[in-house]
Amino acid sequence: MNIWVLLKQTFDTEEKIVLTGGGISEAGVKWIINPYDEYAVEEAIRLVEQHGGKVNLLSVGPERAGETLRTALAMGADEAVLIHDPRIPQDEWAIAKVLSAFLADQGVDLILGGNFSVDNGAGQVAIRIAEQLGLPHIGSITKLDITSVGGAVVHRDAEGDTEIIDVQLPALFTAQQGLNEPRYPTLPGIMKAKKKPFRLLSLDDISGISPQELEARTTRVSLSLPPSRQAGVILQGDLAAQVADLIRRLRQDAKVI
Amino acid sequence: MSRTILTFAEIRNHELRQVALEAVSAAVKIAGTAPSEIASCLLVPVDTSLDTLERYAGSLFAHGANRVYVLKHVDFAAYHAELYLGAVQHVVSTANPEFIIFGHTSIGRDLTPRLASTLQAGQISDVTAIQHEDGKLLCTRPLYAGKTVEQRAFTGTSAAPSIITIRPNNIPLSAPDSSRSDEVIEVAFAPPSLRTIVRDVVRKTSGTLDLSEAKIIVSGGRGVKSADGFKPLEELASVLNGAVGASRGACDAGYCDYGLQIGQTGKVVTPEIYIACGISGAIQHLAGMSGSRVIIAVNKDPEAPIFKVADYGIVGDLFEVVPLLTTAFREFLEHEA
Repeated sequence: MNIWVLLKQTFDTEEKIVLTGGGISEAGVKWIINPYDEYAVEEAIRLVEQHGGKVNLLSVGPERAGETLRTALAMGADEAVLIHDPRIPQDEWAIAKVLSAFLADQGVDLILGGNFSVDNGAGQVAIRIAEQLGLPHIGSITKLDITSVGGAVVHRDAEGDTEIIDVQLPALFTAQQGLNEPRYPTLPGIMKAKKKPFRLLSLDDISGISPQELEARTTRVSLSLPPSRQAGVILQGDLAAQVADLIRRLRQDAKVI
Repeated sequence: MSRTILTFAEIRNHELRQVALEAVSAAVKIAGTAPSEIASCLLVPVDTSLDTLERYAGSLFAHGANRVYVLKHVDFAAYHAELYLGAVQHVVSTANPEFIIFGHTSIGRDLTPRLASTLQAGQISDVTAIQHEDGKLLCTRPLYAGKTVEQRAFTGTSAAPSIITIRPNNIPLSAPDSSRSDEVIEVAFAPPSLRTIVRDVVRKTSGTLDLSEAKIIVSGGRGVKSADGFKPLEELASVLNGAVGASRGACDAGYCDYGLQIGQTGKVVTPEIYIACGISGAIQHLAGMSGSRVIIAVNKDPEAPIFKVADYGIVGDLFEVVPLLTTAFREFLEHEA
């Protein structure tokens, strides 16, 4: 099976956000594989372990994203492609267009991505790619079984309910938490990853797309920090008195009940 | 010629979701003073009664819609990506909208990127506020689960519609006016051929509220200690007509389903009241709930970081405190009624 995994490098979820010069400071930040994409990588590796084939990684981003791709190679993926080009605008329509132009002639059997990225959080790019490639998609999956007849049966999380869906391959899936428990790279895995094929591409290397076509549909106007919350009161007295006090305050001060 | 703003009127458990009315209110906001038609798209099972349809349409009209497109299909009772996409595309080609607004719900998140791609359209997702400034429409949306916030605008020369998904519980409802009524148009719809089959839907949440729309959330962390430990929290939530949530710690420990997780992975919630029980308050969890109007924290550890963001803190064992809260709220609510 020829599997492609869409993957994005993000801040570690432990990181605080600091704004400098109208942008988000990257000073001293620890970078990770977007947690939802990590489930996608793990699932792809497991599928290839069971059914054979190859796990290819694909990312759009700055050159530092290469480290994240190496981590996924160390987990067990086979090859990686990083598309780095400042002419690609930060807009989901444009990014999906680039990725689908690249994927169009890769002969994919299955594409896996994350449900959304923990930084931008829009969750658009993977599903847009499915449409552009004319593939069915199932978003937010928690279980994926390949059938003997070239299809898949998946469980999809829909606000807590589970939908069980049959689909023919090729298809695209986005991973939800609970799909699997991603493995850690082993030391031999890390050593092997250094020798695995890694391609750094620009728009000029991708057929069927030109920079002129990539006019952003949306753009950032400003960035700000949310108002910070102040610590409130720690209630005093015995627990029954605290509870009574709380209800009084919710009614009289906060006016929420 | 006036322009059209199209909203998706999402139904859950045979009721219009609050976010369907918020989408119409967002359309009213986008329309501003420019002459605009606000149309809503309603996908219903074929056996939906006329009374029910009138009720749905009435609510949409009352909040600002002036046209409701109704499409009927036997399989609209449950979400199906290809079927729903085909239906919405059909309405889009009929209504030719300048803007399309969905809730940022399970359905909205799944369907709109696909719709956007068929239309070569830009999309701004998970929008919490909309405003006009210097002739531009600015959409506010959280990044990093709310650790920072961006304003985003549509740009460029494309004639494609602009698509917005709105986060539930954030766009204020336009003032209801029940005297308004307008046009209901039933649109014939030939479903596309389907490549996916929804074999079954296992309802785990029947009768309970979705977290993103709940006004009150009672949330548990590692301090809850077991799946059974969530029972007192469920009782409190039920008295308050709220929903139960959880921290990643509780989900990872297997006390509850990942569907309940609140935080940077998981859901971001903005209820009126958030009651954190036995949650220490890791930065990832705080990102997911700091937008709540009032935060109440119950924790044994007076040093827990959750107290730094809580409006009201109770230092104590949640297994003592939560039942006291349940009794006290029940008495208060009975007294009020």
